[in-house]
Amino acid sequence: MAGATYDGNLLAGPLAEVFAAEVTVAHARCAGCGRDSVVAELAVYGPDPGLVARCPGCSDVLLRLVRTPDATWLDLRGTAALRLPT
Amino acid sequence: MLVERHPETAAASTLVLRVADWPGHLAGQHVDVRLTAEDGYQAVRSYSLAAPADGDQVEVTVQRTDGGEVSPFLADDLADGDAVEVRGPLGGWFVWRPETPGPVLLVAAGSGVVPLMAMVRARAGASRAPFRLVHSVRTPDDRIYGAELRRRVAEDAGLDVTWIYTRKAPDEDRRGTGRLQPEDLAAHGWPPDFEPTCYVCGPTGFVEAAAAMLLAAGHDPDRVRTERFGG
Repeated sequence: MAGATYDGNLLAGPLAEVFAAEVTVAHARCAGCGRDSVVAELAVYGPDPGLVARCPGCSDVLLRLVRTPDATWLDLRGTAALRLPT
Repeated sequence: MLVERHPETAAASTLVLRVADWPGHLAGQHVDVRLTAEDGYQAVRSYSLAAPADGDQVEVTVQRTDGGEVSPFLADDLADGDAVEVRGPLGGWFVWRPETPGPVLLVAAGSGVVPLMAMVRARAGASRAPFRLVHSVRTPDDRIYGAELRRRVAEDAGLDVTWIYTRKAPDEDRRGTGRLQPEDLAAHGWPPDFEPTCYVCGPTGFVEAAAAMLLAAGHDPDRVRTERFGG
């Protein structure tokens, strides 16, 4: 997507602080358009003020990750489902 | 902790870091390096691992970004024995495993060659999968790992490397200069019916363009993996 600086590969470290599984290989379904994307292939903007991952299809936001001095905020409202390979 | 540093080009240096209890990693994985200033300000950057692990020693190659917060410090100022905070190995998508069958096409621009070099190095002695690397660089002086790649082409059976020059080409290079074109990938990559796994890494604009060329040529989207590092 034009303008994105990174992709979901960059989320591996920050998400490893939150999840036990390797989330970048998971499939995420966009709550906006229904497109299924591998998390590693989401369009990622950041890292400041936080990481924002958008759908490569419709550019809706699937995930926001913001760190404050005493907390990590994870907003997944744009993700309808995460499918993790087992 | 920094063990060793050696220059690759005028702008890129390889750092050998010793990381306690390193668990090993896959070719293509990266680490996050965190630097903390005296005032507590922190900056985190991701760097691809450049080679298979050697015990608890890992290699990253850092391209200096003018005006960057982290890369000039790592490339120039970090001293032997200095400690940095390293987290990894990270990532599970942009990876190549030696047991994966079938040919591989590697397409990189600039320091995007780093994770692909890890794959080339991991292949040696572990896999006979045929590899082709197409590396876009500005000038001959910008060929990161150039000498090693030329040696490996002679020694590692089944490895081909092509450099694409965007600003200045060697006199004997008949292609001349210019950005990567579909014809370059047709001439130096694999045809789609060979079903290669394709790895594309570089600045975002390059990755988008190269991936679009591969898809337009008929490569299966499920076998085109990309990693963008900004720019």
